[in-house]
Amino acid sequence: MSQKTLIEAIREGLRDEMGRDDTVFILGEDVGAYGGAFKVTDGLYGQFGDERVRDTPISESAIVGYAIGAALMGMRPVAEMQFMDFISCGFDQIVNQAATMAYRYGGDTGVPMVIRGPSGGGISGGLFHSQTPEAWFTHTPGLKVVCPSTPYDAKGLIRSSIRDNNPVIFFEHKYLYRSIKGEVPEEEYVIPLGKADIKLEGDDLTIVTYGWMVHQSIAAAQQLEKEDGLSVEVIDLRTLSPLDRDTIFESVKKTNRALLVQEDKFTGGIMSDVSAQITESIFEHLDAPVMRVTAPDTPTPYAPPLEKFYLPNQEKIVAAARKLAAY
Amino acid sequence: MDAPAEDSMQSSKSTRQHKNGNGSGNADKTLHLSANNINGTPKFQPIFTPVPKNLTRDQLLALMFNLKKIRIFEETISRMSRQGKIIGGVYLGRGQEAIGVGTTFDLRNDDVVSPIHRDMGVFLLKGMPMRNLMCQILGRKSGPSKGKDSWSHTGDMRYNILASSSMLGSSVPIACGASLATRMRGLDSVTVTYFGEGSTARGDIHEAMNMAAIYKLPVLFICENNQWAYSTPPDREIGGGKVAKRASAYGMEGLSLDANDILLVYEKVREAIYRARQGDGPTFIECVTYRMMGHSEHDQAAYMDKDQTAAWERRDPIGRFRQYLEENHQFTDSEEKRMTERIEAEIADARKFAESQPFPEGPEALEGVYVP
Repeated sequence: MSQKTLIEAIREGLRDEMGRDDTVFILGEDVGAYGGAFKVTDGLYGQFGDERVRDTPISESAIVGYAIGAALMGMRPVAEMQFMDFISCGFDQIVNQAATMAYRYGGDTGVPMVIRGPSGGGISGGLFHSQTPEAWFTHTPGLKVVCPSTPYDAKGLIRSSIRDNNPVIFFEHKYLYRSIKGEVPEEEYVIPLGKADIKLEGDDLTIVTYGWMVHQSIAAAQQLEKEDGLSVEVIDLRTLSPLDRDTIFESVKKTNRALLVQEDKFTGGIMSDVSAQITESIFEHLDAPVMRVTAPDTPTPYAPPLEKFYLPNQEKIVAAARKLAAY
Repeated sequence: MDAPAEDSMQSSKSTRQHKNGNGSGNADKTLHLSANNINGTPKFQPIFTPVPKNLTRDQLLALMFNLKKIRIFEETISRMSRQGKIIGGVYLGRGQEAIGVGTTFDLRNDDVVSPIHRDMGVFLLKGMPMRNLMCQILGRKSGPSKGKDSWSHTGDMRYNILASSSMLGSSVPIACGASLATRMRGLDSVTVTYFGEGSTARGDIHEAMNMAAIYKLPVLFICENNQWAYSTPPDREIGGGKVAKRASAYGMEGLSLDANDILLVYEKVREAIYRARQGDGPTFIECVTYRMMGHSEHDQAAYMDKDQTAAWERRDPIGRFRQYLEENHQFTDSEEKRMTERIEAEIADARKFAESQPFPEGPEALEGVYVP
């Protein structure tokens, strides 16, 4: 095993899947010889050529539409959004076309495709290079939504996403791209979609989170253990749709307290649904109200003090956890 | 550029503008256009297109059969709709049948089509059994979408029919992606994608055509210009006048033709298919026709000029082709009658079958959102 960055892990996953299945191909802006804006596809063009690592013009709608059509004809396209902020330019193709295709064919024909790209803040990217638009797609039946937090998970999940017969939206946190490293085995493995992972075991309180906030939550849990003697369990959703209710419920039944952490905005994020589902299904196990740590309902601002105020972080998670533990 | 379509479209447009401007000033012109009651004038506008050399008399009759099949099928659907037997929207293509027939006649099984709402004939001519299509329209469980949606919002990949949606124009990039896939798989299949002149205002069509030009894809862009985007005429939809001119901006073959002439549609599509299979890239074909009724069965279409619609009756693709076959190929009433009977029998069978099929059960709404 060797230590890899998130970006290297995703690239390896793409390379391995392209190697084992010649219907897999990549399309997107600058993904070819240039290797992509963040270099996720770096080197793949040289290995697989310009047909399978296909540069496109700036046409998000056509990138997604072409991927859908190719998927219907037996290919497994992986479409890159240069930034996930730009995904809204292809919104109709995703929510009206890709997401409803299986239903229109009576469940007999799917569109095996992945739309992947960098999302999230923390780099002063400003309004249009920082968004976390997962909830637009978790709201849409027919799509699967994935957001890995570690290099190990990222490689296993990108491989599963490519092999899945449904459209998968794959969010890669750009702050994590090169800021973390982790063990990534050379041998083939996959991580099934729809399975959360307990990143830290604990008994007093459950944090449910995903993406960059997994790392902030683990740091918060370590601080809480050291300073408050609290034993915190951290669940990494990994897949936001379909949601792994069982893992969440099992943990909350054990700890009786749930803190939900998302980098996304307050209203209508995935954690609103997690909260509702916990309350509806296992209310009698709760010793305190379900609490959330989220960004506020604003665009993602640029200037460092603004973005720091906007983003959830270890400090905010610790404060909320203390409130929850003391309730 | 094929002149007949261009000329009459221009006349029609100026007719409409006059009418909007000062009331009755256009009466003479309209009368002239619809001169089917003048002695010695043929009832339908003649077809002067030479018969494509490869077509035998049997094939000419097959074209006629297919035209009539679409017409009679749609007439049946219209009747069923008025009888309240169809719950959802009904969007007919009466007068546009030559597009569906002419564009599919030479297609192979491995070619791909992406029909929209006025192309129900394309579903049939590309191989979908009429029973299945009827079940789709009636929302039955045995339709291709299993009752999940109606009309053209389905497809069947066994026949390489791509599903469309109500977001007109959105199926064009999808069709181009299918074309890309056929090429990546080493096939010489062509893909035919259909869209109205109204949806050419959408960015999706620009993006799709631009990319198809860059990749030199074997796609036929069939723009069905029936001169109405719901209630909006082309002079308020299409900047720059002729939509076919846009093809040249992509370095693409582009033409505009009289799409109520089945032989012309067939011939020009055949050439475009040949070019596409040879690797010479996409073709944009503006099929100039006319929507002979409202947008849908519930649209009374008061905004349409009745005289103009009447004038287009003289250009009815079936009437014109029948007249042509009578004059040049001894097409007889009894031959036509046999065609009609055969078609009506198939439709009756499809209808009886579909009406005997169950609706899906309510909880089946939960099925088919994802595939395994």
